[in-house]
Amino acid sequence: MTSTTSAPPAQQPKSRPGDRIFAGTAKGAGILILVILAGVALFLISESVPALTASPDEIPGDGGLASYIGPLIFGTLLSAMIALLVATPLAVAIALFITFYAPRKLAAGLGYVVDLLAAIPSIVYGFWGIAWLAPRLVPFYRWLEENLGFIPFFTGPVSSSGRTMLTIGLVLAVMILPIVSAISREVFSQVPTLHTEAALALGATRWEMIKMAVIPYGKSGIIGGSMLGLGRALGETMAVAIILSGSAAGITWALITSANPQTIAANIALQFPEETGLGVNTLIASGLALFVITLLVNMLARWVVSRRADFSGAN
Amino acid sequence: MAKRIDVSDLDIYYGNFKAVEGVNLSIEPRSITALIGPSGCGKSTFLRALNRMHEVIPGARVEGKVVIEGQDLYGSDVDPVDVRRQIGMVFQRPNPFPTMSIYDNVAAGLRLNAKKTSKSDMDDLVERSLKGANLWNEVKDRLNRPGSGLSGGQQQRLCIARAIAIQPEVLLMDEPCSALDPISTLAVEDLMMELKEQFTIVIVTHNMQQAARVSETTGFFNLNGVGQPGRLIEYNPTEKIFSNPDEKATEDYISGRFG
Ligand SMILES: Nc1ncnc2c1ncn2[C@@H]1O[C@H](COP(=O)(O)OP(=O)(O)O)[C@@H](O)[C@H]1O
Ligand SMILES: [Mg+2]
Repeated sequence: MTSTTSAPPAQQPKSRPGDRIFAGTAKGAGILILVILAGVALFLISESVPALTASPDEIPGDGGLASYIGPLIFGTLLSAMIALLVATPLAVAIALFITFYAPRKLAAGLGYVVDLLAAIPSIVYGFWGIAWLAPRLVPFYRWLEENLGFIPFFTGPVSSSGRTMLTIGLVLAVMILPIVSAISREVFSQVPTLHTEAALALGATRWEMIKMAVIPYGKSGIIGGSMLGLGRALGETMAVAIILSGSAAGITWALITSANPQTIAANIALQFPEETGLGVNTLIASGLALFVITLLVNMLARWVVSRRADFSGAN
Repeated sequence: MAKRIDVSDLDIYYGNFKAVEGVNLSIEPRSITALIGPSGCGKSTFLRALNRMHEVIPGARVEGKVVIEGQDLYGSDVDPVDVRRQIGMVFQRPNPFPTMSIYDNVAAGLRLNAKKTSKSDMDDLVERSLKGANLWNEVKDRLNRPGSGLSGGQQQRLCIARAIAIQPEVLLMDEPCSALDPISTLAVEDLMMELKEQFTIVIVTHNMQQAARVSETTGFFNLNGVGQPGRLIEYNPTEKIFSNPDEKATEDYISGRFG
């Protein structure tokens, strides 16, 4: 027996240097993120104050801050929503196909191609949208106007260049497709065999198995993925700026005319070089609005995901 | 309801690997048949071949014949989905759907049979299945809570309730108690004794006492070495297997001399 027996029973677990370094680094990184976030928010708020307190006729457009930013917020939300509505079902379908239907070789190749979409710079999407996609959509828009023109979304006159809100929505949909489908694919591949086999053993077909075990299990992941996509769509600048440059209409639900509201990010990119003084403050105020919107979207996503945490399968 | 199963010259492959070879046996309706043997000798593989669940695994296939009450299970016109609706399965680890309530778990299989079932009929079926699985009294006040909130033993009985809700003819159980404590194990064993009045039950177990307690007939699987296919060494009434087996290997295994 050595002197070790006389040591008092350890009250606290021994603190190891590795643990301490890790805990310190993690804490530091966490604090750093909060500090940066707070710094950005403070900057946006303080730089927005002049615009918030200015009289309406000093704001660009002479209509006051609300009527300047309002259409921008509307355009941002509308384009992002179109993108989300188009991209999510498509991304989920692609992810399901790759995970459950495609032969293994095809699946790997297809997954790779979809991931590659994420590597294309957004400026290229902008060019692609304006030079290739937009003109090809015009006949389709004409058809929409003729056959579904009674729906406010599709009232004419159709833009002859195809540079419309719907085009932007579709371009953004392609841009966010990779992230949404990558995350969906990830969660689908994590569905435990235990659960898929439970469904199959009950006599479920493959599609029934997907409805019974895969989609419910992956739902929060799909929502999380589409919120990330939404975040990207909300903040997308270059593609929108290229396609919608020159158009600055007010709030309108018409998606296929040449009068379209800008988005916040594109408007900042287009106007910033031109503006001075209070104009800059106004742009920053619109940036603050975008910041708040993105924050709200994220909180909403978290709330949706946590709402049925009991049933999430995480336990 | 319960049906007889005849297996002849059954070989089961995973790709090129022959996992099980030359199984011949007949399983009586309304009885419990236990399959025992060391790990890796193909008990699960054989069990899954009885309701074509092995087909879920890419490359898995069988040669030979499985006939359920005169119907060839592997006939070219037989849909595996229909097979699994007739031959239910309970797995080693309890696997209730975590995203579903207790009620929905039991109703899950019933809802697959696209027929519209009225709410009250569904309530009845769920209640009857949960009672059949000896779980009703424990969960009747929380049918809308998630099934994953139950204890392991309760979850396994929930899975049994889910399996019997679609009123299969045969119930296959792959080590259903190996993840359970002794009390839950006894509860599931009692349940099996009740269920055999209605169903043909085949159970894989590592627990020799369990095989002796519940089964009428026992099959002993073994394999000669790693990479060799598993074989059915002996298939006899349980009493005989545990008192006076025909094969030396069976006796060695049962008396714990190997495996
Ligand atoms: N999915 C699979 N793919 C390939 N080989 C498998 C698979 N499952 C089981 N095997 C092999 O088949 C043999 C029998 O396995 P199994 O039926 O699980 O045995 P047991 O249930 O008796 O322990 C083992 O050699 C195992 O490695
Ligand atoms: Mg096994």
